[in-house]
Amino acid sequence: MAAIIELENLSKHYSPTIIGVDDVSLTVEDGEFVTLLGPSGCGKSTLLRMIGGFEAPTHGSIRLAGKDVTWDPPYKREVNMVFQDYALFPHMSVGENVGYGLKTLRLSKGEIATRVKDALSLVGLYDKVNQRPQQLSGGQRQRIALARAIVRRPKVLLLDEPLSALDAKLREQMQIELKHLHEKVGITFIMVTHDQTEALVMSDRVVVMESGRIAQEGRPQDLYDHPASPYVANFIGTTNFLPGTSGATQGRLTHVEAPGTTLRAELDAAPPPGREITIGFRPEKVRVLAETESAENTLSGRVAEVIYYGLGLRVAVELEGGARVFADSLLPDRLAQSVLPQIGQSMRLAVAPHNVFVFEGRVAP
Amino acid sequence: MTKNTPSLMARYGADTAFMTFVAALMAFLYIPIWVLIAFSFNDSRSLTWPLSGFTLDWYRKLAENTDLQAAIGNSFYVASLATLLTLCVGVPAAMVLHRFDFPGKSVFRRLILLPITLPGIVTGISMLNMFRLMGFQLSLETVVLGHATALLGVVVTQVYARLQRLPKSLQEAAYDLGATPWRSFVDVTLPNIRSAIVGAGLLSFVLSFDEIPVTFFLTGRDNTLPMYIYSTMRRGVTPEINAVGTIIVLLSLLLIVVAVIATRERRK
Amino acid sequence: MNLLRRNLPGALVVGIPVLWILVFMLLPYGIIVTYSFWLKKYPTFLPAFQFGNYVTLFTDPQYLRVFLRTLKISLLVSAASFLLAYPFAYYLVFRCRSQALRTWLYMAVIAPLWVSYLLRAYIWKTILGTEGVLNSFLMWLRIIDEPSSLFLYNQFSMVVTLTYIFIPFMVMPIYTALEKIPVNLTEASADLGMSPWRSFWHVTLPLSLPGVAAGFTLTFCLSFGDFIAPFLVGGPDGNLVANVIATQFGAALNWPLGSALAIVMLIVVLSIVSVSDRLERKGLTGGT
Repeated sequence: MAAIIELENLSKHYSPTIIGVDDVSLTVEDGEFVTLLGPSGCGKSTLLRMIGGFEAPTHGSIRLAGKDVTWDPPYKREVNMVFQDYALFPHMSVGENVGYGLKTLRLSKGEIATRVKDALSLVGLYDKVNQRPQQLSGGQRQRIALARAIVRRPKVLLLDEPLSALDAKLREQMQIELKHLHEKVGITFIMVTHDQTEALVMSDRVVVMESGRIAQEGRPQDLYDHPASPYVANFIGTTNFLPGTSGATQGRLTHVEAPGTTLRAELDAAPPPGREITIGFRPEKVRVLAETESAENTLSGRVAEVIYYGLGLRVAVELEGGARVFADSLLPDRLAQSVLPQIGQSMRLAVAPHNVFVFEGRVAP
Repeated sequence: MTKNTPSLMARYGADTAFMTFVAALMAFLYIPIWVLIAFSFNDSRSLTWPLSGFTLDWYRKLAENTDLQAAIGNSFYVASLATLLTLCVGVPAAMVLHRFDFPGKSVFRRLILLPITLPGIVTGISMLNMFRLMGFQLSLETVVLGHATALLGVVVTQVYARLQRLPKSLQEAAYDLGATPWRSFVDVTLPNIRSAIVGAGLLSFVLSFDEIPVTFFLTGRDNTLPMYIYSTMRRGVTPEINAVGTIIVLLSLLLIVVAVIATRERRK
Repeated sequence: MNLLRRNLPGALVVGIPVLWILVFMLLPYGIIVTYSFWLKKYPTFLPAFQFGNYVTLFTDPQYLRVFLRTLKISLLVSAASFLLAYPFAYYLVFRCRSQALRTWLYMAVIAPLWVSYLLRAYIWKTILGTEGVLNSFLMWLRIIDEPSSLFLYNQFSMVVTLTYIFIPFMVMPIYTALEKIPVNLTEASADLGMSPWRSFWHVTLPLSLPGVAAGFTLTFCLSFGDFIAPFLVGGPDGNLVANVIATQFGAALNWPLGSALAIVMLIVVLSIVSVSDRLERKGLTGGT
């Protein structure tokens, strides 16, 4: 696979103190589905808009298929964008909307008609070709916006929070549809979202951004299982954090001191002993121990809160050291209401060494 | 329940008071116009009550009045050109205000909107001085320039208001789909602000057609219609003016209907 | 921004309005500012830099009287327009239950704007004149025996005529401001036990003040600079500032003095606009 987008040291400084994007370098392979993930204001949209040509970088360069396009206006770039509000032209029919990008390519009428038909059929809306965008539902407009963007067969398709205007059910359905569309058309997709589920479900690769910089990039499961920082660990999924101190290392196992207990963590690279660290583990990787059961890495405390969320239970446990951690468990169907944990009862938890994250410094978010 | 009765009565009373007030206001606004129309058909030279009889003489006199016809022609010439010019300057000005940020923008905005509140006489004499200084002959063309300047604010406010309601992403989408800035303006921005431009153009036309203070100072030997009427009035009131007035009222009414239809936005 | 700068249409979009403002607004204003310092020396004028013209304007009782008269008339016109426009707009927004009636009434008040301004002044001359419609009508009704000259060529006739002409400029901004007030605000204040009068006084009126300020600005400035209506219905003692300016550029042939007067008018208008701008902005930030 060849690189289709190469960002080199790209920055956007609005003023010396207001920095949108800060020194980002990123390569996107041809055909990949890459998601830029982060909270609002992290620079992900600015980055996308710079790739689209809507904003000029203050430093760095953008290459598209090997060609430097840093200073090209949007209408000269072979990328297309699906806008957050879809930006469908209200004075044109659905067909004219989709065909507009072909008209600017000066294609023949017949060619335009065929390609519009193909694109609309691809999203299953050819029967709406003569309607106005205002007459369509949110989901339909979203698909028209997609058709309008892919009909030009761009090298890269940019999607700016494409699903944020849809309701929850429709969003889930569109996630799958978008993923299938990506497989069908074979175009590189770069999507911006603040929704971690969306990122995990759809992308080949996720780029997590934090204050204008890339915090971590990788395959969804790598990010989930090996977050590089408490920020990433907390942004993708939920993580329990405890302050700790690193101890001795034996083979791949490192001892870490947590308030009230000592845990063992399986690490690729262990910090030297005696350092201040932050320990993390995910609620769903925590096991609630039966009364007599013994296990490695146990934590004990009292139940502070029980949250029932249908799919399972989340129990907040106040540890003996005073910290509070969550433990998730799926409800086995034999579990009756009567055996739900009671507030105040004591509880022991265990977390396997390979599920313990260790981050340097005491920087829990 | 008993407590409700007085408040209901108060409400009824208030409604009646409001209705009476609105009716009185409408009478204040429209009785004079009916008086104007009525006397244009009255067969007496003096404008005194009661009406004495029906005649079309005043309209016949208008039809024979060549000065008046020349003035009407001049007014059409001035109003059309002034409208065209003020649109050519005002639409870009609204776009500049909408799209760009630059030092001095607030001064720019103030200046361009100033003629709305600035009495026409100031615009009139300041431009008069300039034209004299530069050795320009006063003519209908200098009037056109004056009107275009005075009406700029009207166009800018209307077009700017529409531009602000237009999502920025529409233009970006056009760029994204390969349209150059010029093309995206023609294909996307213009169709979406067209009704505002038409409305502003119609209003400018009417205001220019009707303008006196600026015209007063900037016109040469040629008279526009209001200037002609004005000079006739100085000699006294005549039913002939009422006849012209009635025609103007009817034409204005027609234009209002056109404007309402043209600027009506599509139901979404 | 860079995008557009790089090509001709972009340059035109910025260039045309800027050039227009420079040539047809700033340059002419500059010229009258310059003239206002010149000396009159019959039959022409001498370039100079002296404040004699301004001193004359502010010391000669003749000009002071005209200035104060103009101020008074404009204020009366604004006040009269306000008293008529506010209840009307209030009725339309809060009391009128039929959407169609509301649209029609609103249009009815705005429509006269499209009918010749000159004509609207002229109508009142024919109505109020000694030989006019009102006098003959009252005589016909035998309320008066001989024509009264009370109605025309005085300040009353000027205020009536100017109010008639400029009232749409008061209705439009007030209507817009009232329309923006969410109904639930008055409902909330009623819910809190406020009487209708009190909720009007404490909720509706303060929230509509920006519109009132805009309306006052427009009607005041427009009446302040009018010279046609005073000429038609004002009579011998009805000269306003604008008439004096017109005379200086016509019969009196004193351009420097006329220019100085125009500058004073410009300053009055500019200061009123900026005061009202500030009021409107305050209203906006106060509202959130």
